[in-house]
Amino acid sequence: MTLALREMLIAFRRTPLLSTLSVTTIAFSLFAFGLFGLVALNIRTAIAEVEERVEIRAFVAESAPVEAVFAAMSDIEAFPEVARAVYVTPEEALAKAREELGEFEDVFEAGVLPGSIEVRLKPGSSDPTIVKAVAERIRSYEFIDDVRFGEEWVEKLYRVRTVASITGLALGAAFGAVAIIIIGATIRMAVLARGREIAIMRLVGATDGFIRLPFLLEGLAKGILGGLAALLLTWIARSIVDRYFIQTVFFDASLAVLGVCAGALIGLVGSAVSVGRHLRRV
Amino acid sequence: MIRFFNVTKEYARSGVALKDVSFRVAKGEFVFLTGPSGSGKSTLLKLIYLAELPTEGEVQVSGLNSRELRKGDIAKLRRKLGIVFQDFRLLEDRTAEANIAFALEVTGARRATIQPKVARLLAQVGLGSKGTSYPRELSGGEQQRVAIARALANDPFVLIADEPTGNLDERATRGVYQLLRDINGSGTAVVMATHNLELIRRAEYRTIELDRGRVVYDSADASMARREAR
Repeated sequence: MTLALREMLIAFRRTPLLSTLSVTTIAFSLFAFGLFGLVALNIRTAIAEVEERVEIRAFVAESAPVEAVFAAMSDIEAFPEVARAVYVTPEEALAKAREELGEFEDVFEAGVLPGSIEVRLKPGSSDPTIVKAVAERIRSYEFIDDVRFGEEWVEKLYRVRTVASITGLALGAAFGAVAIIIIGATIRMAVLARGREIAIMRLVGATDGFIRLPFLLEGLAKGILGGLAALLLTWIARSIVDRYFIQTVFFDASLAVLGVCAGALIGLVGSAVSVGRHLRRV
Repeated sequence: MIRFFNVTKEYARSGVALKDVSFRVAKGEFVFLTGPSGSGKSTLLKLIYLAELPTEGEVQVSGLNSRELRKGDIAKLRRKLGIVFQDFRLLEDRTAEANIAFALEVTGARRATIQPKVARLLAQVGLGSKGTSYPRELSGGEQQRVAIARALANDPFVLIADEPTGNLDERATRGVYQLLRDINGSGTAVVMATHNLELIRRAEYRTIELDRGRVVYDSADASMARREAR
């Protein structure tokens, strides 16, 4: 292993330009992927925030006994899709309406608005069919006059999320494939540049495993360096956007580590494939 | 030690390189391999160190059979052979010492044993003071001596030399040739491909001549025939 590490360092020292080019290529390929990932992450976060606002409002009949309403609320809170249910009295509804629609203050008179139960759903329960099903269950209570949940709006939101997810997956796969191809080609160049050395190693009795190891370490090191550089570039890009355009979120620690690990893995696999192909041919 | 049984080697593009070649090289023997360019000398040597495999027939080297090779066999065999080329094939960015040490390192030799052995090998090939020189700082003859020292690093039973003097002037040729004779004198077999008829004439070593892939003359057979005629 020590020998393989030394051979790796010798390779870096001998071809500094090619090594720098490899790391830069890996860095920029992963940077492009990272930027895309950042956009996808921010879209997802924004959609999740909107999704959190999906709520069902069930209007309670004026004659409904308070005990029955509260019993129903505990029932509703026990639904697996429901995060919480809050009772809004007619007075609270009026105060809220006055606050939100101040210019129509004169129009509102006491008792004009009915009491209601506001139901917030758990994250991931914004699928229109789920929302509709919960709404229908709530509607089945005798004292519920009407249930509203902005059906059309929920459906639109769900479509946007589906389109964003599919586009994200397709673009992510395309960016990922491009990164792997470019990185693979760069590593192949590095292997070819050392073809003579590989031939000499074989002549003096080096096993394929022995020949492969420094290349794998080299690929791994380049992948990690490229991954770290890509992470730094993405962070700089995000900081600029955050400062001058819109507020955005950045990858959390686990995603950042995952990105660098992806770089390392691409470097490792790219090297293994390139050197393996070369060894089979010579 | 080295046996060829009716070996034919055919390449997809260039056709037959060796045809029905049979011979054996005994322990400690010195064999010249000669013949015009393209007669199959290099192919024959490649078959000895198993860089090529026969299309037909069988090659046996140090108990290894070309028909029954397993993964790792070739690497193990190469550690028992020394190989030298006309173009030296040294690593240009490493010193003479590092080039020789490299052959020991790849076999997993202990670090403590490498340095003294490298010094001994350099002294053996007459380059005791040039260990820290890079190949570009050495003459052709000196580079070939480094290559020979590297080939000897793992105490091979045979040294295979493909035109080792082809790029050298007369004086360097004499020096390298004498070195090969000395190595042979200490018990290592040498199989040397060469165009240099002067070397062959002066020595009394066995000579195998190839022409268009066939053995057209083997001095061992000729002397046997002479003995039988008497």
